[in-house]
Amino acid sequence: MMRIKTPKKGRVKRELEKRAPKLVETGKKTLILQGTKTSSILNAVLSEICHLKKGGVVRYTRKNDNIRPFESGGETSLEFFSLKTDCSIFVYGSHSKKRPNNLVIGRTYDHHIYDLVEVGVENFKSIESFTYDKKLAPLMGSKPFIAFVGEGFENVDELKHLKEVLLDLLRGEVVENINLAGLDRAYVCTAISSNKVYLSHCALRLKKSGTVVPRMELVEVGPSMDLVVRRHRLPNEGLRKEAMKTAKDQPKKKIKNVSTDAVQGTIGKIYIPDQKIGDMALPNKAKGVKRERREAKKKEANEHASKKQKEESE
Amino acid sequence: MEESKKPFQVDLGNLLAFNPFHSFPSVPTSRDELVKACLEEGTKLVQAVADSLFNLPSTEDVDGPLVKLPSPTTRLPREKHLPKPKPPTKWEEFAKKKGSIKKHKKDKVVWDEQTGTWKRRYGYDRVNDDKDIPIIDAKMTDEPGVDPFAKRQDDKKNRVEKQEKNRLQNLKQAAKVGALPSHVQLAATALPITGTQVPPKKVTKDELGNVAGMAATSTASGGKFDRKFPGEKPAKKQGKHRKFLPVVEGSGIGSREKEQTENVLNKLISKHSHEILNVDKAVTMYNVKKEKKARNRKNQEGKSSSGSNKLKPKKQLHKKTAKKGSGSSKKGKAK
Repeated sequence: MMRIKTPKKGRVKRELEKRAPKLVETGKKTLILQGTKTSSILNAVLSEICHLKKGGVVRYTRKNDNIRPFESGGETSLEFFSLKTDCSIFVYGSHSKKRPNNLVIGRTYDHHIYDLVEVGVENFKSIESFTYDKKLAPLMGSKPFIAFVGEGFENVDELKHLKEVLLDLLRGEVVENINLAGLDRAYVCTAISSNKVYLSHCALRLKKSGTVVPRMELVEVGPSMDLVVRRHRLPNEGLRKEAMKTAKDQPKKKIKNVSTDAVQGTIGKIYIPDQKIGDMALPNKAKGVKRERREAKKKEANEHASKKQKEESE
Repeated sequence: MEESKKPFQVDLGNLLAFNPFHSFPSVPTSRDELVKACLEEGTKLVQAVADSLFNLPSTEDVDGPLVKLPSPTTRLPREKHLPKPKPPTKWEEFAKKKGSIKKHKKDKVVWDEQTGTWKRRYGYDRVNDDKDIPIIDAKMTDEPGVDPFAKRQDDKKNRVEKQEKNRLQNLKQAAKVGALPSHVQLAATALPITGTQVPPKKVTKDELGNVAGMAATSTASGGKFDRKFPGEKPAKKQGKHRKFLPVVEGSGIGSREKEQTENVLNKLISKHSHEILNVDKAVTMYNVKKEKKARNRKNQEGKSSSGSNKLKPKKQLHKKTAKKGSGSSKKGKAK
């Protein structure tokens, strides 16, 4: 036997609707969590990533002893957390002798692990260690510029993969309109060697250049770190194909009475109902209406006569 | 900007720029130099994005110029699968097969001729409500002994039930495809193994009230002298108490008491009264009683002998508290 279960409260319903699959997705939430052991560096890295991504991030601060993303069976609780928090990117920190300051960045598709990249953190510099004009400090949730430098991102498989994951992690919300005055941050990722990437977070200073386009100046505001790629796992081909589908692939619904022309642009057809000009009341009495008036007078006279007759009969 | 290094890959939708040709001729040894070189490269790229971004047509806003971004060109995987199309319901399938069924929009309110007002089509205070009809004309086909009003209500109930069943069936079909509406869940009411038909019932308000009433009247005085809270309602179900028949003689219930006693007396004083007494049973009963008495006496002696028992002081404590509790009720009595 089955029973239909619907939320009793509107808030729950709205939340469920928010989580439902959408035709066009605007952004991914990030889940930040850690294993049983972390180092002070790793703690700082995790909290600062959380700080940078504020607004679209969920931070778990408890120890998790059964998460091992790369091992089979170690992803169960991670997938559950992803489902629970509705996050599809996760950053998992762990620290061990074999892999010190380890960061696993991964994505999920339909709350199942899609791909994974494991990086080690080196030369970490926290936000506090940078001194700069506080007026430049980027605002929460602003859309960042992202720059990738280096041929490594094109030629080395691991870095190519890391680039994609980093882009997904850093790019923030996908927006249609953007305020040019609100652009205040940039991420610069540089491939230093075949397995090392320098990542830094900068504020933007817009300077007048005499043209429409201002001259950009980057001021490092931190955090900055080196990421050493360790292990990575690409998605399998079928899953990849499935996940790459977009709404564009769907045939568009035809809109009635609208056509596009190369020269004229969009053309709309409008159907106007019959205006019934003959029945319209005229605003002022023109000469041509006079005859009608005469007729009306006649009518009135007739009515008067009949009324009088009635009164007399009574 | 150098013209030779122009071919950056720029994705305006993500504000992303990528320089796939840059490589350090020799990696700077000191950290500061490296950072400086990286930032320099980064500035170039950001400038490249800005070049095309600031040249886009913009609309002025209070907060600054607004620019419409093109959609991102870098393809990233989706978060969740594409929403699946809902399969047609049975009715929709039927309508399609039939072809000529037109669904026209119905107004929410309808003119009610009986009352001469506009009324809702469905819901509370609706038009043509079964409840509003005071008289139903009898027909030749009517069966005698059937309440037409009750039958109407019954029919309505059945119709609602049937519709609910159809809805569940359609939702099940949708769930198979994975196109269930986001806020609907189908929950199993029975496990397939045990096959329990009905889900465990929740305790209702009435049942709780009954239990509370029983508890309230289970004191020595039947709850009569218990202190009441302000606004407390009388207990709902008082439970059964022994009832005595009236002793005063009369014709109806008054004579019942006499009857009862007479019945018992007749049994005892009748001719064959010796046959009523089962001697064997009486003897065993007597024996059992005697044994019980003896056992009780023994137990009491044992308790008194173990005066140094550790449990004893504790027990006394309990008794005291119990007395205190009862004391409060006694106070109530005094009032």
